[in-house]
Amino acid sequence: MASAAFEEIIEDFEFLEDWEDRYRYVIERGKAMTPLDGALKVPATKVDGCASQVWLHPQITNGQFRFDGDSDAMIVRGLIAVLQALYNDLPLSDVGKVDARAEFARLGLTDHLSAQRSNGLRAMIERIRDTAATAT
Amino acid sequence: MYDVNEIRADFPILSRKVNGQPLTYLDNGASAQKPQVVIDAVTRAYAEEYANVHRGLHYLSNLATEKYEGVRGIIARFLGVSDEEQIVLNSGTTEGINLIAYGWAMPRFEAGDEVILSVMEHHANIVPWHFLRERQGAVLKWVDVDSTGALDPQAVIDAITPRTKLIALTHMSNVLGTKVDVKTICEAARAKGVPVLVDGSQAAVHMPVNVEELGCDFYAITGHKLYGPSGSGAIFIHKDRMDEMQPFIGGGDMIREVTKDEVIYNDPPMKFEAGTPGIVQTIGLGVALDYMMGIGMPAIAAHEDALRDYARMKLDGLNWLQVQGTTPDKGAIFSFTLDGAAHAHDISTILDKKGVAVRAGQHCTGPLMEYLGLGATCRASFGMYNTTEEVDRLVEALELAHELFA
Repeated sequence: MASAAFEEIIEDFEFLEDWEDRYRYVIERGKAMTPLDGALKVPATKVDGCASQVWLHPQITNGQFRFDGDSDAMIVRGLIAVLQALYNDLPLSDVGKVDARAEFARLGLTDHLSAQRSNGLRAMIERIRDTAATAT
Repeated sequence: MYDVNEIRADFPILSRKVNGQPLTYLDNGASAQKPQVVIDAVTRAYAEEYANVHRGLHYLSNLATEKYEGVRGIIARFLGVSDEEQIVLNSGTTEGINLIAYGWAMPRFEAGDEVILSVMEHHANIVPWHFLRERQGAVLKWVDVDSTGALDPQAVIDAITPRTKLIALTHMSNVLGTKVDVKTICEAARAKGVPVLVDGSQAAVHMPVNVEELGCDFYAITGHKLYGPSGSGAIFIHKDRMDEMQPFIGGGDMIREVTKDEVIYNDPPMKFEAGTPGIVQTIGLGVALDYMMGIGMPAIAAHEDALRDYARMKLDGLNWLQVQGTTPDKGAIFSFTLDGAAHAHDISTILDKKGVAVRAGQHCTGPLMEYLGLGATCRASFGMYNTTEEVDRLVEALELAHELFA
């Protein structure tokens, strides 16, 4: 079981049969996500290895992990929103235990994402895991 | 005009499905698909006729050499070159232009000497000249295109100064589809004693090219865009320029004699072809060019012009889509952006789901993207086997993308 927020997405996806509706859902999540403050879009928050531009800004407060993020591509923004549901507000020590690829596979999203995008997703997940591991 | 379905039947990959949809392959500007005759030629070369070339005196080596060397003449015919000794075989345009940068330009460029480029050049026709700038103080002079993407030949000619040592231009933009009036530029440049290098990577695929009529000094082509194998290509080098060149890559094949104290080079063009070449790739390229000439370059151009006109009409009907490059006679290459926040990668992802393969990004044209003020575009580039139905499928997929990202 992943976080309640992520399980909610899984439930929503069960009602979405075709890929167009699933993409629409992911895109909407991205649109609804609070954009990252422009001042935080700096080299330190930039994630390399993505076909589009991606920024992740992690914060650790009282042993809890969360991050904000952004991208100039709408599908990637949506994926960041899904990652937020997966990781945000987890105890720092639990971040490394999340099997993100397996969770995304439950959404059937890894199949639908091009190799370059999957690589971007992988790079984002790596950044999250590295940040948490370094802070532990 | 030809029956496009007959052409399509020659390309096995075109009948496959992608993401459960019929493949609509519109990424020909990046690389073209291969007809069965090319695939068969590659298989046959490895299965029955393979050995190294120019070396052995045994049966297979002679056979492979004969096949490989025969391609030089095919390329000469394809480019309208009467003397095949002016064709240097290589791995493609990037190698071809680097050969000219190292072999011809470096020995004669001094600090302050200029190379004229258009703003729509591909990185393959930019980076070798940046080498010259970094290493020898060469100056890169850029000529802009107008708002339609046209390059005024007079603007190029006016940019010539006493320090201009070379003009290096694309014959057809890989982003805008713009055709460049190379002939007019070559005439004026010749009068001023300035050689012209033409990047024919795109143009040679889509229209008849006659290098001798153009009057250029260098003309580079790349095999994988010409329905041939990747890692094949050639560059035409005018005999007078070839005589001025130093060898670039050293090794086997390009030498006649090597001792501890000296090297005696082979005669051109082999002087510029070091090491074991892409033997099979080159043989495959010869078959691809024969295939194209068999259909006829004027027929291919006519088919693609009709496709261009149809695609332009359909895309113009989408008032939320902006096409870059609107010259009337452009090649069938459409780079575009959508209104709103959708990134080129977003759009190409949705198109891919619909089986439509396009390229998204900067298309190896950083300076052009900067000039256009665009981070990235999607590009649909057509080839001899594409159909108006595929244009319709592109438009249908774009409408879905527009709706999803609105």
